[in-house]
Amino acid sequence: MDHQGGKGTAFTREGMRRGVRAALAITLGLMPFGLVIGMVSDAKGLSLLETWLMAGLLFAGTSQLVALELWADPAPILAATLACLVINLRMAPMGAALAPVLDRVHGLRLWGTLAFLVDNAFALTIAEIRAGRRDAGFLLGASLTMWANWMTMVTIGHLFGALVRLPPGHPVFFASMTTLLALLVPIWRGRSDLLPWAVAGTAALAVHGAGLGAPWPVLAGAFLGATVGAAMDRWRETMP
Amino acid sequence: MTLRWDVLAAILGMALATYLCRAGGYALLRATRPPPFVTAMLQHLPGCIFIAFLAPNLAQDGPAAWAAAGATIVTQATFGRLALSIAAGVAMLWLIGHSPGA
Repeated sequence: MDHQGGKGTAFTREGMRRGVRAALAITLGLMPFGLVIGMVSDAKGLSLLETWLMAGLLFAGTSQLVALELWADPAPILAATLACLVINLRMAPMGAALAPVLDRVHGLRLWGTLAFLVDNAFALTIAEIRAGRRDAGFLLGASLTMWANWMTMVTIGHLFGALVRLPPGHPVFFASMTTLLALLVPIWRGRSDLLPWAVAGTAALAVHGAGLGAPWPVLAGAFLGATVGAAMDRWRETMP
Repeated sequence: MTLRWDVLAAILGMALATYLCRAGGYALLRATRPPPFVTAMLQHLPGCIFIAFLAPNLAQDGPAAWAAAGATIVTQATFGRLALSIAAGVAMLWLIGHSPGA
């Protein structure tokens, strides 16, 4: 699988550097979420060491937030594990969609890079793939930069959360949403994306409206939207 | 700096579950040869995942968030600078919250 683009291009240092730069451009948007996780961990009675372990090994904010919401004494081992399994299920199709990059690496470079996969690094890498570059180093560089930023902000949140406490609805916490919104622009490929995206959004809203929580709106929307997109592709291919 | 065994067990369980999600989708794909339709679906997945994640959140947040979302997308489409677009969205939300009559 290395053979397609020559061995040198599958995972390069230069790619990692580009990934780091791309991630640095959006760290601003990722900072507030880390702060929140640090503050909530502190409020739930986790020590700094426990907070570091959880944030460092999980590196998945939404699932951490949900698990911390159901935190109890003793720690809810099964409930927290299941919450992570369900909420992070959305990352399974992300890994699959990164096949153009991941197919060309193996061993630690493959399974280690996947360990740091995160939504925003995924979006940046998809934009890279669509620009014609397939370097797993880019994905790892971007992910590790976001991880370092994540750990820094979680630490600050845990240590100083009580001092800087911002109200939950503060505009700053909207930053993680605006980051994903901004990343949609380079992922957009033109009008052929319109119908799949509309179907994805509508399906997610319908499932959400039916009272189902995460990850069902995301999975239903992503699956239906992608199915419509693939059907459109096939229909276009069979047209004269 | 304490580390309780029950907390550690919960963290390890959560970490294992999360890694299974991160690696599992690709592992499944690598182990099986997917039909062309599935490959075509994978091309469409990225945008659809984010739209499906954003839609319910934005719907819940109301008109001020929609205006902020619009500001983010227009800024990104115009200037192509992610940091600027993120700041524009947050600033828009802040401005709406602080405008007279809000």
